[in-house]
Amino acid sequence: MSILVNRRSRVICQGFTGRQGTFHSEQAIAYGTNLVGGVTPGRGGTRHLDRPVFDTVHDAVQATRADVSVIYVPAPFAADAILEAADAGIRLVVCITEGIPVNDMVRVKAALAGGRSRLVGPNCPGVITPGECKVGIMPGFIHRQGSIGIVSRSGTLTYEAVFQTTSAGLGQTTCVGIGGDPVRGLNFIEALALFERDPDTAGIIMVGEIGGSDEEAAAEYIRRSVEKPVVAYIAGVTAPAGKRMGHAGAVIAGGKGTAADKYAALEEANVRTVRSAADLGVAMKHALAARRRRRRKPER
Amino acid sequence: MMNLHEYQSKRIFAEAGIPVPAGKVAATEAEAVAAARELPGPVWVVKAQVHAGGRGKAGGVKLCHSAAEVGAAAKGMLGGRLVTPQTDSTGLPVNQVYVESGSAIAREIYLSPLLDRERGRIAFIASAAGGMNIEEVAAREPDKILRVDVDPAVGLQGYQCRRLAFGLGLAGRQIAEFERIARALYRLYLERDLALIEINPLIVTREGGLVALDAKINVDANALFRQPELVALRDPAQEDAMEREASEHELNYVSLDGNIACMVNGAGLAMATMDLIKLHGGEPANFLDVGGTATAKRVTAAFRLILSNARVRAILVNIFGGIVRCDVIAEGIVQAVKSAGVNLPVVVRLEGTNADTARALLAASRLAITVARDLSDAATQAVRLAQAGSRR
Repeated sequence: MSILVNRRSRVICQGFTGRQGTFHSEQAIAYGTNLVGGVTPGRGGTRHLDRPVFDTVHDAVQATRADVSVIYVPAPFAADAILEAADAGIRLVVCITEGIPVNDMVRVKAALAGGRSRLVGPNCPGVITPGECKVGIMPGFIHRQGSIGIVSRSGTLTYEAVFQTTSAGLGQTTCVGIGGDPVRGLNFIEALALFERDPDTAGIIMVGEIGGSDEEAAAEYIRRSVEKPVVAYIAGVTAPAGKRMGHAGAVIAGGKGTAADKYAALEEANVRTVRSAADLGVAMKHALAARRRRRRKPER
Repeated sequence: MMNLHEYQSKRIFAEAGIPVPAGKVAATEAEAVAAARELPGPVWVVKAQVHAGGRGKAGGVKLCHSAAEVGAAAKGMLGGRLVTPQTDSTGLPVNQVYVESGSAIAREIYLSPLLDRERGRIAFIASAAGGMNIEEVAAREPDKILRVDVDPAVGLQGYQCRRLAFGLGLAGRQIAEFERIARALYRLYLERDLALIEINPLIVTREGGLVALDAKINVDANALFRQPELVALRDPAQEDAMEREASEHELNYVSLDGNIACMVNGAGLAMATMDLIKLHGGEPANFLDVGGTATAKRVTAAFRLILSNARVRAILVNIFGGIVRCDVIAEGIVQAVKSAGVNLPVVVRLEGTNADTARALLAASRLAITVARDLSDAATQAVRLAQAGSRR
């Protein structure tokens, strides 16, 4: 099992024939993703990477029964692409594009509210269920099928967590990059809820960073509703206030969004935290071992 | 984010129908005196134009009673640097002052629409404790903060403006005036793609009118492609020279106070690397994200940038090669270290695609490059080398 995507997912790519779309679609196909086609307005009826190209997402969905779309279109047109995917009935929209104006995302979020489409991103590496389906720009080969769910605001730190859980022999069920923008689709709480319900996920790694209060909200949610062990790391303990650290959403504004506050909230919720990004895999291994010991005790 | 000067923000305010005091920008003492002669008196205010708040306490705002005083105040500010609680210890250059007619203040209000990240909506924040730092008010007297959330489908509503206005103790024609100002702020926020638009203070004059005494605007950098008029208002003199140079090479750079420079791919990993240096007893000199496709050219530019900081004693390169192959990056590092003339210890941690080949390549380069075993080892080595370098 897994969350969000699996081998049955029928994936299309928006911005299919562009440089990014082409490169990452090639990689996804090589990984074994069921990529059923792509969309580039004006290129409908042609073929690209041995897959059909459509003018609109509607056409693509009708012809291929696609239920997942990955978006690589440039930032000025990305909001439009997300809304088009949702309107065509795509269940999961994964937007990789970086640099979308915040006001565009405010409108997109309002339009998607209450609808059936779920958005991951923007400004994220995407979603991967190892061995089954790769939707995004992550390097496939570092992943192993296994038991850990990973959710992260940062791309390269997701890879770090993947690499460490693979090295520790744990592997991953699904890895979700929720993205570094201030206004985004899927948040930590939704990902945690999905992993909690997934029978194959034994533990969850959560990688947060400075800015906003999603980690604090997630801490409260974990306290109330998550049984599985969670290991958390927050990037940016040394980040100065008021400076944007690469990601549009990674900024301590008005004294709010510090790593210290996030760590405090997570620790109060009994989440196992690590201060070094190098300790994620080991901490997860310990957390699972501690869980097994506790489970064994009452049976004696 | 791109910041505007107060005088630029006030011009935008005036065009949008938000009342501002009469004022003129001046780049010389003579221009300031001429401005004071044209502007109604008997009191004028001279304000240093820098991209930072807290100017008042720092001597960047002067009350004057004659054109001569205005000239003297301008002379004192222009050409200097202003250090405020919001700048670093070197401050920001003052290349213009804004000369304004003085206002008779009865009350000061705070008003700003801002993004509520969690809800993905715009909220209006208002406070009767204007003129103060809103974060301090929020921390000490949260009851004094009024707030309404705007539904993006319908926009700011009249009843919301009235709730804020009555809550602030306004009355009579001030209610309609306040609504006009709030609506203008909301319109500007959307139409100009702003990340911040703040009036602090919005004053009630002794005559009972509302006037924006200060104006602060930041623009969403992601939206500059569709805001050419705002791009033209950019003032590079107010930006950190190294951060500016970095952005020209598509590098994300933030200056810090330490002596261990970092070069990392990915913003999250770049922050994590800084944190690791600190955790191992060192101090990071910068945040530097070379991006997902760290080419030899970019890596060279990044090394040049790092080397221009005289405080740096060691360099830590941390790359997780995913789509980019580590051996390609290693070649880039070797080239860059040679061509940029790096004479500081360099610790490299490479992981991911072709990492073994990459490590062998670095080891065979005969350059002063330490190849780290893993992330923790990299931080430990960098801290050790930086401390050794400082003792020398």
